[in-house]
Amino acid sequence: MSGGAAGFHRRCRALLRKELRQMLRDRTTLAVGLLLPLVLILLFGYGLSFDVKDAPVAVVLEDTSPTARDVTAGLAGSPYLAPVWTPWMDDAVARMRRGEVAAIVRVPQDFSRALAGGGARVQLLLNGADPTTASALEGYVGGAIGTWAGHRAGRAAGKEAAGGIVQVEPRIWFNEANTSTWYLVPGLLVLVLTLVGAFLTSLLIAREWERGTLESLFVTPVRPAEIVLCKLAPFLLIGAIDIVMCLLAARFLFHVPMRGSLSVILVSSMLYLAVSLLLGLAISGITRNQFKASQVALLASFMPAMMLSGFVFDLRNVLLIVQVVSQLLPATHFMALVKTLFLAGDNWRLIARECAIMLLYVGVLFTVTCRTLRKRLD
Amino acid sequence: MAALLAALLRIGFLCRKELLALLKEPSSRVILLAPALVQSLLFGYAATFEVTHAPYAVLDQSGGAAAAEVLRRLDGSTTFERTATLRSASEIAGAIDDGGALLVVVFPADFERRLAMGVPAPLQLILDGRNSSTAAAASAHVGTIVANFNAARGAFQPVTLERRIWYNPNLHSSWGIMPNLIAALSMIQTLLIAALSVAREREQGTFDQLLVTPLTPMLILVGKAIPAILVGLAQSTIILLVIRYWFGIPMHGSPWLLYFGLVTFTIAAVGIGLAVSALSLNMQQAMLYTFMIIMPLMLLSGLLTPVRNMPQALQIATWANPLRFGMDLVRRVYLEGAGLRDVAIDFVPLVCIAAVTLPLAAWLFRNRLS
Repeated sequence: MSGGAAGFHRRCRALLRKELRQMLRDRTTLAVGLLLPLVLILLFGYGLSFDVKDAPVAVVLEDTSPTARDVTAGLAGSPYLAPVWTPWMDDAVARMRRGEVAAIVRVPQDFSRALAGGGARVQLLLNGADPTTASALEGYVGGAIGTWAGHRAGRAAGKEAAGGIVQVEPRIWFNEANTSTWYLVPGLLVLVLTLVGAFLTSLLIAREWERGTLESLFVTPVRPAEIVLCKLAPFLLIGAIDIVMCLLAARFLFHVPMRGSLSVILVSSMLYLAVSLLLGLAISGITRNQFKASQVALLASFMPAMMLSGFVFDLRNVLLIVQVVSQLLPATHFMALVKTLFLAGDNWRLIARECAIMLLYVGVLFTVTCRTLRKRLD
Repeated sequence: MAALLAALLRIGFLCRKELLALLKEPSSRVILLAPALVQSLLFGYAATFEVTHAPYAVLDQSGGAAAAEVLRRLDGSTTFERTATLRSASEIAGAIDDGGALLVVVFPADFERRLAMGVPAPLQLILDGRNSSTAAAASAHVGTIVANFNAARGAFQPVTLERRIWYNPNLHSSWGIMPNLIAALSMIQTLLIAALSVAREREQGTFDQLLVTPLTPMLILVGKAIPAILVGLAQSTIILLVIRYWFGIPMHGSPWLLYFGLVTFTIAAVGIGLAVSALSLNMQQAMLYTFMIIMPLMLLSGLLTPVRNMPQALQIATWANPLRFGMDLVRRVYLEGAGLRDVAIDFVPLVCIAAVTLPLAAWLFRNRLS
């Protein structure tokens, strides 16, 4: 056995050359590694949005008086709503059943009569099958009608002193624009790196096991750790390009602020990239079978990173076991870090903690992968 | 007649072989069936925008009785939990920054005086916008509590808004998302099974053997499609059972229509998978292409955010997405109790996609040899 640093360098150089060549010749991998992030950037930035705009709402005026018309006039001015007027409730209900409108606002026949006594009602019917849109619409419709009522109360009250009311003035920190893009786009970086890791490396070792080429590597003096390092290096390069693409898109395409320092964002992204690539390699080494490896990689990456990492759902209050699973995912830690770095700024306590956790993952996954490569035939 | 019987028999043999290849090993069985169970349980608990016990901090500069009453109402609700009582405005940043508090409620010094004078008294809310949907939900809750407070003080309200919600009376966000998973979760693995099925034989060299058997490409296609469809339906059934019986989300529609829709959807998904499989020369390629396809299908389906919120161009693109229609169909039948007439339109794109992809795959079997 040739030991020492010189041997290490010689073996690594040879292996690295082989892995690099293999990667460069495999056009599909290369194309997907660079193309998929681009596709995801565009889809996330433009396709995903929680911001309701021009939602079709049926407005049923059973009361035909000008006052009834007036109370719903505010709905037309809202950028979030696109009212469709109809005199018949049946018609509105049929439209909602067909999914053509998301809500119904009904002004009952006795509205203007009841208004004088202060007991007027406006009915709002929502489609609960889409709860996010439903609660947003409730807020917008409530706001529009509340504003109208406020003006009217102001006019009616005049001199008689009504008691003052408390008004809520919400201010949203870190997301002044209050668009979902601001918090979805930083999450995009996490998703892209998770996916790139899963699909670029998850077949690497399994494929060599299936083809038997790993056994021929075993007769050479290379050590498991060297194999892992050399398999990792070329893809760190591709991943680095992806990181840069994501950051450029976030800054210049979607104008998401970057309040933390760029160097911290870059370093922590590279760290997470290493975690993600090593996870792929570990799956590959453990399953030793391309079919299983691809299924596991797909299952372990996309949906968990989307549903359990805090990407859209806040997991502070869910069942304990779900919180534990979510904390076990490396994506959760990088997600918390990246959102803070983009929207809030450098928070050194958080940076130190999450980076330490990611380093721990690098160590564990590296060891696991090396163990799957021990020179043993079975 | 005899020819038909022979063809059916051959398809049967091929299906049997495919199912054996898929399910022979215990570990493969686990990989194909356990994830549906685990994921539907995990996501069922995680998929919620509701806030409960949201940590909040208070800065009361007025020190009056009205502020104390509002606070009593906030503390009394299960939605909020006070974690800190601040003494000066300079402490606000610290309370939110470290993620301790989701919101800070600020009563300005003149709060009490303005209320007594009969002019609107502002109550400031500072929300952590790092997750805007949680922030919006918390803000709405404070709004409701304050509205109740105003009503209790006898403020004049000329109009009341009566709310009624169809299909999901308490607006549970998981009710909206879970039925979507019946189609979405099973599609991920089904698509990958279909995509790997031919690619695996190509890589191992057994596909050429299959081509010289009496099986025509169309028969091979059917034999490859049926096992993948069966696995997909099995996964959907597991998720359906979890949603119905574990989470107790009521089902209003006909199970027959639901399954009719699921079968149509799964055939369309498998069609895409087989076309991908016929195009790829090895498993690595098949997997990468599948990943490339699954992401847009999932993101442009309305799974997380409604299709209605997308830009026009992307909305048109979703017409080629079987998941959008499969999900819409399943959710509307499950939650809304929609009948065949209500969801008939969803079948059109699904059938079109299957009618294009399946023949394409069969043609590619013969015409793309490595």
